[in-house]
Amino acid sequence: MNRVVKLLLPYCALCCAPLVAQTNSAAPAINAGDNAWMLTSAALVLMMTGPGLALFYGGLVRSKNVLGTMMHSFVLMAVVTVLWAVYGYSLAFAEGNPFIGGLHYLFLRGVGAAPNADYGATVPHETYMVYQLMFAIITPALISGAFAERMKFSAMLLFTCLWSTIVYFPMAHMVWGKGGLLNAFLGGKIPCFDFAGGTVVHVTSGVSALICALWLGKRVGFPKEPMKPHNLVLSLIGACMLWVGWFGFNAGSAVAASSLATSAFVATHFGAAAATLGWLLGEWLKNGKPSMLGGISGAVAGLVAITPASGFVTPFAALLIGFLAGLFCFFMVTAVKNKFGYDDTLDAFGVHGAGGTLGAILTGVFATNAINDGLKDAAGKLVPLGLIDGNAGQVWNQFVGVLISWGLAIAGTLVILKVVDATVGLRVSRDQEIEGLDLSMHGEEGYNLDA
Amino acid sequence: MKKIEAIIQPHKLDEVKEALKNIGVDGLTISEVRGHGRQKGHREVYRGMEYEVDLLPKIKIEAVVPDARMEEIARTISATARTGKIGDGKIFIYDVLEAIRIRNDDTGEAAL
Repeated sequence: MNRVVKLLLPYCALCCAPLVAQTNSAAPAINAGDNAWMLTSAALVLMMTGPGLALFYGGLVRSKNVLGTMMHSFVLMAVVTVLWAVYGYSLAFAEGNPFIGGLHYLFLRGVGAAPNADYGATVPHETYMVYQLMFAIITPALISGAFAERMKFSAMLLFTCLWSTIVYFPMAHMVWGKGGLLNAFLGGKIPCFDFAGGTVVHVTSGVSALICALWLGKRVGFPKEPMKPHNLVLSLIGACMLWVGWFGFNAGSAVAASSLATSAFVATHFGAAAATLGWLLGEWLKNGKPSMLGGISGAVAGLVAITPASGFVTPFAALLIGFLAGLFCFFMVTAVKNKFGYDDTLDAFGVHGAGGTLGAILTGVFATNAINDGLKDAAGKLVPLGLIDGNAGQVWNQFVGVLISWGLAIAGTLVILKVVDATVGLRVSRDQEIEGLDLSMHGEEGYNLDA
Repeated sequence: MKKIEAIIQPHKLDEVKEALKNIGVDGLTISEVRGHGRQKGHREVYRGMEYEVDLLPKIKIEAVVPDARMEEIARTISATARTGKIGDGKIFIYDVLEAIRIRNDDTGEAAL
């Protein structure tokens, strides 16, 4: 018994550390409204993964894989949380070098009630930490769309742990961490605008998804056997939850209940609306019929593309970005995917990789200091942000940011796939795949209609 | 005894059931089936992936009836299930060797 207590003591001390910090902190700086909005936003972003993304993706696969697919999203709510608490938050947001954060926040040491002025001066540092955690959860969940219906569960877990560590935490640090290479607001050498994660979340996940799809190869029977979505009603519900949750994702990225949050909220909604119409129009012209699946795919594409731009652009720029994203992603998942023949099962690349890249570049075009007054020169004057402000160089900066995201995603994912393939093995056996992941990986079925 | 097997349009099921009840047919079994005769299927497109769906949903009605009533019942089904378009389905009639009521081992037409 004594030995157990002794073993647990350091851990107890660790658990108590933030509590001690809280009692000593300067509470008055915290704004109740800001904190309320940020906690609400954190909850909204978690809802995007479960049930939002789980339903969206779950409905798109065949019924024998519905649970396996939903599990990919759901289990990350648990796995990434633990990584984040132990070292993830530190690697992403502690001060370090331009590429990766340091270890000061290991085990969330010192992340308590006192605000971190660099990230959010009016909310507890702990609020910011848990808000950012929700982004770290959904990003690898997005990738699962590319390897759905054929990856081993154990491989998926190992892949995600390594991917978060090697790709996501460094990328989040580069764009949002203090002193990160691309951080336009906190001393980055290449100032890149990414309000809510166009590069960090969507380019990295989308490009990694493409690499996964190419490495794993096609599903058994693709594209000869019919692989229709088994329940587009689930997908519609999931997509609408993503749309709503995205208000937390983008407007929450203001880290305050501010007018900038309102502006990002409006841009987000407008982007989704215009992209829905863009995709439907493309489909109507090409196939003769506008589809429900097309509509929700367009909405998600627009939300992806407006993500980096949401805190920088006017409502009408948001409409334009959304509309272009709807058409562009429609083209990517229909014409381009079919031409090259890769099996990106749920179009994680076509929507997130392509839409994220387009949105990041267009942010450099449409960003304006009329919307975001966060950057001032030494004299206190607003600096021009994007091309429409007269800063053509920003488009180049955005391009470099995108290039780094693509590079890190490709290199990191290739290494990780090789390691996972050599250790636990990536792909289920042919028999397991034909049986379906629900039974072969999890020993259960989604629909026991005769039960 | 004859077995009448009718493949009909799903939306005609209630009408046919009602018509059979009205002429005193008490027992029937239905199943949801898929198939096609001369009716063409349709095209579905999911994110650019095209599928030709040529097996369409139908309802199969099975009823075992006394020889004397076979024609009347078949005509009733045919008249009720008809829309006049391709895809209305077909009726097949078979001889039945024996019928046994499980509850009390009645056999022949008494078991129907």
